[in-house]
Amino acid sequence: MAALTTPTVIDLAHDSVRDLNRALHQAGPGTSWRIEHPDGAHNVAVGLTEDLDVVIGGPVGYYGAGMNQRATVTIHGNAGTGVAENMMSGTVRVRGSASQSAGATAHGGLLVIDGDASARCGISMKGVDIVVGGNVGHMSAFMGQAGRLVVCGDAGDALGDSLYEARIYVKGKVKSLGADCVEKEMRAEHLAELAELLKAAERDDAPADFRRYGSARDLYHFKVDNSAAY
Amino acid sequence: MCGIAGLQVRDPSLEPRLGELLTGMLHQAAERGPDSAGVALYGDSRLTPPGHATVSLLAPDVSADEVAARVGGGATAITVSQSTVVHSPALTVSDLERAVRDAFPSAVVTGRGTGLAVLKGVGHPDALAEEFGLRAASGRQGIAHTRMATESAVTPEGAHPFSVDENVCLVHNGSFANHATIRRELRAEGIVFDSENDSEVGARFVAHQLAQGHDLEKSLRLLCERFDGFYTLLVTTGDTFAVVRDAIACKPAVVAETDAWVAMASEYRYFAGLPGIESARVFEPEPEEVHTWQR
Repeated sequence: MAALTTPTVIDLAHDSVRDLNRALHQAGPGTSWRIEHPDGAHNVAVGLTEDLDVVIGGPVGYYGAGMNQRATVTIHGNAGTGVAENMMSGTVRVRGSASQSAGATAHGGLLVIDGDASARCGISMKGVDIVVGGNVGHMSAFMGQAGRLVVCGDAGDALGDSLYEARIYVKGKVKSLGADCVEKEMRAEHLAELAELLKAAERDDAPADFRRYGSARDLYHFKVDNSAAY
Repeated sequence: MCGIAGLQVRDPSLEPRLGELLTGMLHQAAERGPDSAGVALYGDSRLTPPGHATVSLLAPDVSADEVAARVGGGATAITVSQSTVVHSPALTVSDLERAVRDAFPSAVVTGRGTGLAVLKGVGHPDALAEEFGLRAASGRQGIAHTRMATESAVTPEGAHPFSVDENVCLVHNGSFANHATIRRELRAEGIVFDSENDSEVGARFVAHQLAQGHDLEKSLRLLCERFDGFYTLLVTTGDTFAVVRDAIACKPAVVAETDAWVAMASEYRYFAGLPGIESARVFEPEPEEVHTWQR
């Protein structure tokens, strides 16, 4: 959301991450914040619960904007492992690339990564929407349960392995599909939801250029034929 | 969990700052491995005088002068923290190593080469960096490792880097699952080990492959085929800087590169003090792909 107030600046060259997060947890809704010199620090802007506008002026380390609720967090740089992990709502934008496990286990909200995301992007996603402008690494959307993963570049090995119900859209090449992940028909409702997701991510890719992947649902239930395998 | 930091200087004007830059990287890596640390430095004129063979060992219980006297052959020695570095202007590297082993049969030799010094020990990485005098070091290539022990005891010989072949160093984050099997196989071929550490098995395996005539890239590919477990490895030779990760790639690795240097780290924040990092090319090495950079 648009900044409603003059941003409060916190400079991590002087202040600790703990001080920063405490200030953000005590901040009122509608306030805006700018974080300078993150220099790859871990746990920057985690556990936010209010409708804040937070701009981070450089790269962050592990778990940046993790557990986010309601806030809009923009990272002007790369993000380390687990950016926006366990997000519940709100928006996290990474203007650079993200390391592994981006959006892990996130229940809701929108995660946008302008660059690439590495391995296990959206692992165990539970309702989050993730839009990646570049490529994703191996085992992305592993055990995804709900939500949508949109990849505007290529996907690595074992995409959607052991997928439950998350929907995956890929524009580029898929190196290989994981167990129980299959290509599915792109129907009108899928083109419509993809168009909405791309718009939310401020991208101009054409929905018709994407393919859809989802669960074959063969791993859902115990099959008595397999009993000898256990 | 362990922390890895490595820096290869491309711009010679940065060589006097190698130790200062590596000290900053090692400090950031301390949280990933507070129980021991080590560095390998290529081309530091104090630790490795030009034109001398150098052998690094875990410091025996005598003074550096006594070490030099017992090694003989015009050798000199300095003790740095928990290590002793022995130099000789006259002997070859292998002759100097033999003289060191003859004088100190129970010594653990931690490095040998023409421009390589290895310093390692038990303790907090920041305290060790001070004892090493790392900030004042210079050189063309340096690696640092911080250890959080998993597979073997917290001892100086269990600390990284592992340098078991002339001018070759290996540091490891992760754990090898089948190291005991491979150690047995290598022992059967006559290879002697200094520790029960799983990473030493990786280093001995790579040295064994190099001895068979394979280049470093091929040796690391063979390691990927033979070893089970988790690993991010950084291997250096003074001229080559190589990174490889296992197929799952769950152990972190990030590379940054500019015209002036190439660096590898477990976490991006280790790079924050490097000159020109704002415009560096930053990427994560792909699983089971051997990335190498030549000087």
